[in-house]
Amino acid sequence: MADDAQTSADLKEKRLGLALLASAFVVATCGLIYELLAGTLASYLLGDSVTQFSIVIGTYLFAMGVGSWCSRYVTTAEIAVFVRVEVLIAAIGGGSAAVLFLLFDRVSDFRLPLYGLVLMIGALVGLEIPLLMRILKDRLEFGDLVSKVLTFDYVGALAASLLFPLLLVPHLGMIRTGFLFGLANVGVAIALIVMLGRDLRLRVELWVGIGVAVALAAGFVAAERLQRAAEVGVYGEPVIYAASTPYQRIVLTKQGDDLRLYLNGNLQFSSRDEYRYHEALVHPLMSRVAHPRDVLVLGGGDGLAVREILKYPEVRSVTLVDLDPAMTALFSRSALLTPLNHGSLLSPKVRVLNADAFLWLRANRRQFDAVLVDFPDPTNFAIGKLYTVSFYRELVRALAPGAMISVQSTSPLVAPRAYWTVATTLEAAGLTTRGYHVYVPSFGEWGFVLATNGAVPRPGPLPHGLRFLTPQTDALAFAFPPDMARRPVPVNRLDNQALVREFEAEWAVYEG
Amino acid sequence: MTVSRRTVLAGSVAGAAALGVGALALDAGEAAIPGTLGGADFARGHRLRGGNFPAPTETQRTDIAIVGGGVAGLSAAWALANAGVTDFRLLELEDHSGGNARSGRNAVSAYPLGAHYLPIPNPEAKGILRLLEQLGILTGWQGGKPVFDPYAIVADPDERLLYLGKWRDGLVPDVGLTPQDRHDVTAFFAAMEVFRTRRDSAGRPAFAIPMALSARDPDLLALDKLSFTQWLDARGWHSPVLRGHVRYACRDDYGTEPDQVSAWAGVHYFAGRRGTAANADRDAVLTWPEGNGYLVGRMGARLKAHLDCGRIVHRVAPANSGVVIDSLDVARGIGVRLEAKAAILAMPHFVARHVVPEGTLEDGHFDYAPWIVANVTVDRPPAGEGTALAWDNVAWNSHSLGYVVATHQSLASVPGASVLTWYLPLSDMPPAEARRLMLDRSLEEWQHMVRDDLLGMNPDLAGAIRRIDVWRWGHAMIRPGPNFFWSGARERAGAPQPPLYFAHSDLSGLSLFEEAHYRGTVAAQAAMAQFGISYADALT
Repeated sequence: MADDAQTSADLKEKRLGLALLASAFVVATCGLIYELLAGTLASYLLGDSVTQFSIVIGTYLFAMGVGSWCSRYVTTAEIAVFVRVEVLIAAIGGGSAAVLFLLFDRVSDFRLPLYGLVLMIGALVGLEIPLLMRILKDRLEFGDLVSKVLTFDYVGALAASLLFPLLLVPHLGMIRTGFLFGLANVGVAIALIVMLGRDLRLRVELWVGIGVAVALAAGFVAAERLQRAAEVGVYGEPVIYAASTPYQRIVLTKQGDDLRLYLNGNLQFSSRDEYRYHEALVHPLMSRVAHPRDVLVLGGGDGLAVREILKYPEVRSVTLVDLDPAMTALFSRSALLTPLNHGSLLSPKVRVLNADAFLWLRANRRQFDAVLVDFPDPTNFAIGKLYTVSFYRELVRALAPGAMISVQSTSPLVAPRAYWTVATTLEAAGLTTRGYHVYVPSFGEWGFVLATNGAVPRPGPLPHGLRFLTPQTDALAFAFPPDMARRPVPVNRLDNQALVREFEAEWAVYEG
Repeated sequence: MTVSRRTVLAGSVAGAAALGVGALALDAGEAAIPGTLGGADFARGHRLRGGNFPAPTETQRTDIAIVGGGVAGLSAAWALANAGVTDFRLLELEDHSGGNARSGRNAVSAYPLGAHYLPIPNPEAKGILRLLEQLGILTGWQGGKPVFDPYAIVADPDERLLYLGKWRDGLVPDVGLTPQDRHDVTAFFAAMEVFRTRRDSAGRPAFAIPMALSARDPDLLALDKLSFTQWLDARGWHSPVLRGHVRYACRDDYGTEPDQVSAWAGVHYFAGRRGTAANADRDAVLTWPEGNGYLVGRMGARLKAHLDCGRIVHRVAPANSGVVIDSLDVARGIGVRLEAKAAILAMPHFVARHVVPEGTLEDGHFDYAPWIVANVTVDRPPAGEGTALAWDNVAWNSHSLGYVVATHQSLASVPGASVLTWYLPLSDMPPAEARRLMLDRSLEEWQHMVRDDLLGMNPDLAGAIRRIDVWRWGHAMIRPGPNFFWSGARERAGAPQPPLYFAHSDLSGLSLFEEAHYRGTVAAQAAMAQFGISYADALT
């Protein structure tokens, strides 16, 4: 009987030893995954991947050193401490990506939570290996111990570094990757508790571990909503921010120094060439208005057009009407985005109104010297209403004497009928129009229409420091080659939605 | 009866049965859907049949009394007001004027309870054009064509049809047609186009709105002797697609199956519309969230001082040189006598016949179609594969006429919660039987039927239905059966018998805003002529 008991205890010890070694593999993998998540997130959200990765890795390794050093103060009940550390890492590391994504547009300095998390995770991971070694030291020879633990540690690291870019980020996305590895971490803790059974009184740890596991699993499932996995594949670039508002889905992607905004899957700008678009939207208009004092922007919640408008010192007020408060808040607050629009939405000259443009315009009694209409392309009937003759008639009421309008009007190359429908419709509202177009690499050949009561004046001086528009490029923009030349098209009305139909037909051909 | 028609009927019965089973299966443990069961006040209407009204204890006097505050009564009052007449009263049975054009409102939107649009008026509908001009809905003229308030013209897309599993543009199927379908549909619409453009030697349109201005060519009037089904049969147009569409049309405008609709009315539906506008396409309509409730609301606002609602008029009798009108003032519970020089009876024929001395009005076979109208409040707009949400959404396989979106004219660029107005004419049983059914069924039963039908069309609405308010119209509209139009009875019923003048769309046989307006205006002008009051003829 005693022999049997002895054998059984030996067996149990052996099994536990093996399990502990396996856990070395798992914790190493998880540890590296958290580090990679933090590094990737930092380079997505803060830019400059070399700097970000380098700082994150440095901070992380330093924190691990702190953790290792602290392990000396653990003198009793190493296994219990190890289990608790595992549960903690699972909770903090597993949720780190989600927390960072959620905080991204809510904090003014994103680096604080980022490095805070990196330090915490690093310190806890630093505790793991020394503790594990001390737990195993009675079960293995020293040489054997070091070689085995470190082997599992390094193999785990290799696994993580291969899995992360090849499988996890493209297929799961970063948030779910975090949750998944948190689950693996807490799984190790729970497995150890179960194996140790009644030897150690770890009931509280067990329940906390199960709680963390459930929370992580729920997070994993809910992450589907937080950041649709599909999106990771839909956008060509890594998604760094995604939010569904009552009005639209806002997605930011970043690859290298190229930051892109998508609304409902449609590209709104690429930080690489948006200056071409926004200079073209704003300056042909602003330079032609004699005294652009009060300016109205419809749409354009990214504040990029406003950035250009504020280059005219004569401007005393800019009224920006954008439907989505989430959009204007994001572009007012985020430390990632305000450098792009020069904090334009926070300028004391700028008043941001979150309202439906058509309804706001019908109620509006103010007049403006310059109006920029920067709505999304007319991809559906709801947006199509914002391009109708009824809308433009309301807009005419908002024009001060000598005022001008510029309207983003889709691509005259891809959709010439749609493009000229906008001009024809503005004319049906009693305005004189002049179309122009520029090349924006991320969009292609893009068109705008200038409209005003009476003749379109010649341009005045342009502000200094423009990167695209000069008197020469302005003049060139008004020439239309035959493939984009004006053609007879119907007026877009609320009751015919001619534009949406033209737009759909032409882009369908283009997109095959 | 043809094979195709039976197929359609069998389909609808099977559909209704399936819906019933669905409703039963879902019943268990389900939370009740909020909503109300409303309708033209049955108790007040039925009280008329019972008689036994208190003798009048109060007497009032006026020059002209209008009895009935629907579109005809309001139009009569409008004409009087336009002519500067001030001494007239308008008595209405219900607590609100507006008749079939009445509307409701909740936190999400205003919505129609009945009629929900006005087609761009025909050039001969001078009265309506003037009314719209006065209301600022007709804003001007361009090249001889009226310009309308662009926000009132139904926004695109206006119609879609759920057919063969997908929402499609328009209401006539144009996919999956057999050569026979294609031939019959083409031939039918070509024939309608001939009727639409035809004029008689006096230049009158073959099918006018108001219908009284129609040509009287014998071959046209002869259409009235047949049912629409018989007329189609005689042409050999049996395509189930054509017949299905024709059935939809007859139920839509007349609440009646095509085999019970006069062919004259059937053709009128397809060939009567010739309205044009400088700023709208052919076949456009004017609409508002509350449907024609908008029009009667504007009219009622101007006429407010003349309105007496909640008055059950039970006796209208010529007396001395005028007329006495006895009514029960529901709110005060007392009988009130109104002495007038003339009375315009702007109530349905079956009610008018009841309150005037026996023998004044003949029966004339005036039948009425019962309807159910449900207003369904939803958290999000309906979607569906194919054509985007339209104003009018019809499912080919549904027994209902589908739904109209109350928020369709909204300019908001992101659609949210809405009210869907769902229509069902109880056309597949005799009207009296349908009215009994209407009274027997509970709110819950109607709600389940509405919900199941709606979810059949738009499964995407599952979980989005907030409430269903059901409205019952026992006598929603006149049923224009064969021989109704041109056999003499209809004309005799409308002939004035001074000091009594009759005004109701019943007298046109077509339950249309334009007809009610025309009848009301004609009666008011005749009454004014009797008293030598000068007025500008609104109708020429």
